[in-house]
Amino acid sequence: MNANTLKILLRKEVSLMKRNPIIPRLIVAMPILVMLIIPLVATLDVKNVEVVVVDNDRTELSRRMVADMDASEYLSVTGCYFSYDEAFRQVESGKADAIVTIPKDYLRDLTNGKRPELDLKANGVNATKGTLGAQYATMSAAHTLVRWQMEQGITIPVQEAAVVNLYNPTLNFRNYMIPALMVVLLIIICGFLPTLNLVSEKETGTIEAMNVTPVGRLEFVLSKLIPYWIVGILVVTVGMLIGWLVYGLVPEGNVVNIYLAAVLFSFVMSGLGVFIANRSATILQSIFMMFAFIVVFQLMGGLFTPIASMPRWAQCITYAIPPRYFIEIMRSVYLKGGTVADLWMQYAALSGFALLFCLIAAVTYRKRA
Amino acid sequence: MKNVIDIQNLTKRYGELVALDHVSFSVSEGSLFGLIGPDGAGKTTLYQILTTLLSPDEGSAAVAGFDVVKDYRKLRTEIGYMPERFSLYPDLTVDENLHFFASLFGVKVKDNFDLIAPIFDQLKKFPNRMAGALSGGMKQKLALSCALIHRPKVLLLDEPTTGVDAVSRSEFWGMLATLKEKGITILVSTSYMDEAERCERIALINKGRILDVNTPGRLIEGMDRNLYNASSKDMYPLLEAVRTLPDVKDCYTFGATLHITANDGFNPDDAVSKLRQKGLEDARIWPAKGNIEDLFIKLAKEDG
Repeated sequence: MNANTLKILLRKEVSLMKRNPIIPRLIVAMPILVMLIIPLVATLDVKNVEVVVVDNDRTELSRRMVADMDASEYLSVTGCYFSYDEAFRQVESGKADAIVTIPKDYLRDLTNGKRPELDLKANGVNATKGTLGAQYATMSAAHTLVRWQMEQGITIPVQEAAVVNLYNPTLNFRNYMIPALMVVLLIIICGFLPTLNLVSEKETGTIEAMNVTPVGRLEFVLSKLIPYWIVGILVVTVGMLIGWLVYGLVPEGNVVNIYLAAVLFSFVMSGLGVFIANRSATILQSIFMMFAFIVVFQLMGGLFTPIASMPRWAQCITYAIPPRYFIEIMRSVYLKGGTVADLWMQYAALSGFALLFCLIAAVTYRKRA
Repeated sequence: MKNVIDIQNLTKRYGELVALDHVSFSVSEGSLFGLIGPDGAGKTTLYQILTTLLSPDEGSAAVAGFDVVKDYRKLRTEIGYMPERFSLYPDLTVDENLHFFASLFGVKVKDNFDLIAPIFDQLKKFPNRMAGALSGGMKQKLALSCALIHRPKVLLLDEPTTGVDAVSRSEFWGMLATLKEKGITILVSTSYMDEAERCERIALINKGRILDVNTPGRLIEGMDRNLYNASSKDMYPLLEAVRTLPDVKDCYTFGATLHITANDGFNPDDAVSKLRQKGLEDARIWPAKGNIEDLFIKLAKEDG
């Protein structure tokens, strides 16, 4: 390892990077695009569940229940009907997502110590909307009951269910997505770009001229990776700033934990990238190989689909997918204030993958055929 | 004189294909040595082994006293290599490329500028032009400058004049002669037979095998014997007819005429009259001066 050679190579990489028509723009545009647009688009938040009500009770309590639902951020009561059939037609024509039926004598039965039941039906075609809508409506109704009870000073045997969402109290999907989205940035910047850079040296033939010089392979590969590591860290910083300025989301934990994970994950991606570059003769080949990894990394790393909702066999596979650990660390540090001590397993896994991938990259890198 | 390049029984296979088949020859210090052969003869493979880009399957080779396998690190500082393909950074300027390659070898451009001055002369006019935007001849000069900037002992040039116009080619060979005078050993390959005569010694290579190694003069010595030109208005019927004549060993097109190689018993006057009988009224045959190309065709034919 010769520091002077590395300096010379790095200077060359920086001037080439500056002259590249795409890379500098990509580095600026990508974090903005990913951090500003994707959290708004890729949301699983269910809002404006349209509820129709069949109020057979018509008491103060039932009216209040309906008003509370309408006031909720997630529900909007689009109509009150006298019969269930009428309400159901609204669901059928797509104008409503759920029907809440308040039975006759609901208030009276309640006061008399009986246990009257609310009837709730939701359209399950859009499974997420249906489930969450039903849940929101139940919560809203329960809330109204509890408050009403307290005001009346009556103790009614109603099971109390208070749900408090820890760490992400408003169940804001963005808070869940933003920390994890940085994985997309690092995959592209620390994995994809250096790969393309290395393979383009093969395509232009410059690698031949480099290989007959006394430049060592370590210096050569490091000169390709270091600029992208720096850019990767900068981009993570920009991502965190956007998260703070635009979404008001700041990490609960120490940012050092985030940077540590980002650095480790960059090493993982670089190792993989160099390995792919070693194995491809043309840019096209490397793009296809990289793409195969990216698809699996993004879809199985827990970025969009929670790992816990995957089938068991798929969950086992995710242990071999490095972004999984990075995403877990990011979410934990951002939302729960996790530390290295709490997340030692994830950090250890990332370090292990970094070591493994860099070793594979080193072994497969050959200056001579 | 000691040998700067020493190649012993070098063999390289790509699966079934034998790219180099027990190649042996040596190049003495300070000489301009040509490696002559058609495309696919194995020239580039040989260069890749000599520049430590490729490992041989059998045999050994040493350049500047260093073995290509064991001492490859030391070897790399002693050679200047110009691959067949342009291999400088197209997005770096002329000056940046030159300074970059100089600094990789830990030298300053100005310390060795005397060596490249005659070559770099025309490039001085546009130091800030991107290397990728240069013309073919200029690219070649820049590549040669970059290969020389660390003052290598041995210069390895793989088909440096391919795709370069005739004037630039001639100029390039002039530069090589100057470099040779400065004590640099040069191994240059080409598929242009006419360039072979500008080398001190040449090795003829075909299908991975060395056919012969000698000075161009020695190689073509005796080639004039029983070598004739033939011409006529209708070249193809002439070629067919000559091949049927007795005592003709071979007949092939050579520029605007045909070359005939014959046995001692061949009589040009008899041959012309026989050709006239066959209706080739304007057929003419006269003695020819042999050159490397004739030799090459002869050797390649004998080699099968």
